[in-house]
Amino acid sequence: MAKMTLDQLRALRAEKQEELERRNVEGKDIQVIVGMGTCGIAAGAKLTFDAIVAALEKHNMASRVVVRQTGCMGLCYVEPTVEVVMPDMPSVIYGKMTSEFAEELVVKHLVEHSLLDNHIFDRPAVDIVKH
Amino acid sequence: MAYKNFILVCGGTGCESSRSDEIYKNLIKEAEALGVSRDVQVVKTGCFGFCEKGPIVKVLPSESFYVEVKPEDAREIIAEQVIKGREVKRLLYRNERKAETAKLQDIEFYQKQFRIVLRNCGVINPESIDEYIARTGYKALEKALFEMTPEEIIAEMKASGLRGRGGAGFPTGMKWEAARKSPGDVKYIVCNADEGDPGAYMDRSTIEGDPHSILEAMVIAGRAVGANFGYIYIRAEYPLAIERLKIAIAQAKDYGLLGENILESGFNFDIEIRLGAGAFVCGEETALLQSIEGKRGMPRPKPPFPAVKGLWGKPTVINNVETLANVPMVLTRGAQWFSSIGTEKSKGTKVFALTGKINNSGLIEVPMGTTLREIIFDIGGGIRNNKKFKGVQTGGPSGGIIVEKDLDTPISYESLTALGSMMGSGGMIVMDEDDCVVDVSKFYMAFCVDESCGKCAPCRIGTKQMHGLLDKITKGQGEEADLVKLEQIGKAMTKASLCMLGGSAANPTLSTIRHFRDEYLEHIRDRKCRAGKCKDLVVYEIDPAKCIGCGLCARKCPVPCITGEKKKPHVIDGSKCIKCGECFAVCKFGAVIKR
Repeated sequence: MAKMTLDQLRALRAEKQEELERRNVEGKDIQVIVGMGTCGIAAGAKLTFDAIVAALEKHNMASRVVVRQTGCMGLCYVEPTVEVVMPDMPSVIYGKMTSEFAEELVVKHLVEHSLLDNHIFDRPAVDIVKH
Repeated sequence: MAYKNFILVCGGTGCESSRSDEIYKNLIKEAEALGVSRDVQVVKTGCFGFCEKGPIVKVLPSESFYVEVKPEDAREIIAEQVIKGREVKRLLYRNERKAETAKLQDIEFYQKQFRIVLRNCGVINPESIDEYIARTGYKALEKALFEMTPEEIIAEMKASGLRGRGGAGFPTGMKWEAARKSPGDVKYIVCNADEGDPGAYMDRSTIEGDPHSILEAMVIAGRAVGANFGYIYIRAEYPLAIERLKIAIAQAKDYGLLGENILESGFNFDIEIRLGAGAFVCGEETALLQSIEGKRGMPRPKPPFPAVKGLWGKPTVINNVETLANVPMVLTRGAQWFSSIGTEKSKGTKVFALTGKINNSGLIEVPMGTTLREIIFDIGGGIRNNKKFKGVQTGGPSGGIIVEKDLDTPISYESLTALGSMMGSGGMIVMDEDDCVVDVSKFYMAFCVDESCGKCAPCRIGTKQMHGLLDKITKGQGEEADLVKLEQIGKAMTKASLCMLGGSAANPTLSTIRHFRDEYLEHIRDRKCRAGKCKDLVVYEIDPAKCIGCGLCARKCPVPCITGEKKKPHVIDGSKCIKCGECFAVCKFGAVIKR
């Protein structure tokens, strides 16, 4: 993109804000977000990321899902962390999601619409940008 | 198949010990009995970090938050909530102050954290400028360029009460004002990302998770003080943070949010990254400036302060990463909003890297005025393995230990200093009964010996001498006079050192002597280390009455120095023993004794 003017920045913000809230990129309505700070990566987040992508292919979910990365969610004691946001399901943060749980995550949460036992952790604080 | 409700039962250690497992089983049983097991899924979760009110049960999507739930409440939750769609009012968490039931999103009621600095960490993709912009990113810059004069920006910063988060707590607005008023055609903004305290990773995580917030703040600072160039000084040990900063800078330049004529406002600002080699002293601002200039990183006396005479002799503002990350929110939400958070003199929040012998280690952000007890026991979930809390070290090698009796002190710059510690950059290391205070003091002093730049005598010689005395004590060769010497040298260093590296190096030792003199004396008089950390003072022996002669310890001993016939008591040869503790750890009969 070329350099922006003030108005262009405001227009871009409005557009992207909606996109982020609807969580809808190119017709994909499910987001799987992997915490990839140094801490997460050290705990195996890159392997988890790859394993999730592979599991999505395997279960024909790839066309509906965006797999994104983000920084540290702050839950260092349960890295790697993965957040799942999708319609008709509560948004959940899963912890201790090493790569061997990737398939379980895709099958149970995304396909069967149920939550995984023993992996749910709480978002540490409310979002001040939204509230 | 689609569930209408999800019941989350906390399966953390705290809640588990108060029968959360029974609640979990009862909920499943009741759901089946009432014929709704297809409508509700009962899930066990990790710790919610609110152990004080456990066991905790949360129902989604209604976000009902139940506390102190008992196994017999299961039927009511299923019958009321799942079948009739009504909340079980009596179990809802009530806030003592407002005496009203709380919803999950009402953060201050049950979650103790409040995230300003970390607002985007773990939310946006740090490599996407669009996502940053979507979450009010660069909105503060708009204000700073088009709606406010530099004086108004500085006035807003001063009114917000934001103080430097690097440790000393100097008011940010005043720093900016001093640099603005200093005469000079060229001025600089420097971001201090040279985070070096052992156990601290707040700044690294902030940059890794939200690099644009730092860039935006630096441009705003540039506009406020009249600077057109900025440096980010970051240590080379942070490769991911550096990578994300580089991506962010390129994106911002591409969008015209950095560089020449930003958003066609006529204002120019550019940023470059400077890599540090990882010397602790380069976190000290004058040493940092030397390092950017390509010289050996050593502090110089102040004044003149960098705001008057900084980089290449020009007025320079140096702000820490966390300080800068606050700036966009101060302008976007306003000084009044910001100053409504925190205590009278310490406004806003503080990020801490919570580590050590704690259940939920993590990167946390709390409003100033939160107590250490809330941080350690509510957010941190208490001490690992139910051990006894001994102390918490704040401020890393520059801070001190804070003990049980002071845990209820609300955190502020002043209160921590009054306790003989300091706010520091935000490392928080929790110690339990298995940690030896003499050993910990020796560790921090060894760090300071290594990191002292050697320019001034009090620090160069003082740290070395104190380390020697501490080493002597841990080896069982200490004398009571050594404690007096430690205190004398420590006080001299505090007063006479050139910079705060030496000026605060004695803090861990002095504060542990103050709080744990008896343990120091035990090391000196009885040649004993109650935590068993000081190897020279520990002796391992086998109790012949308990030893059944299984030989496990002898097999595990790496020396080996344990001998004995099968099925007969074994013996440890103390002259060869390296005190690794392996035999003590493996013995199933408690026959190995440590004393």
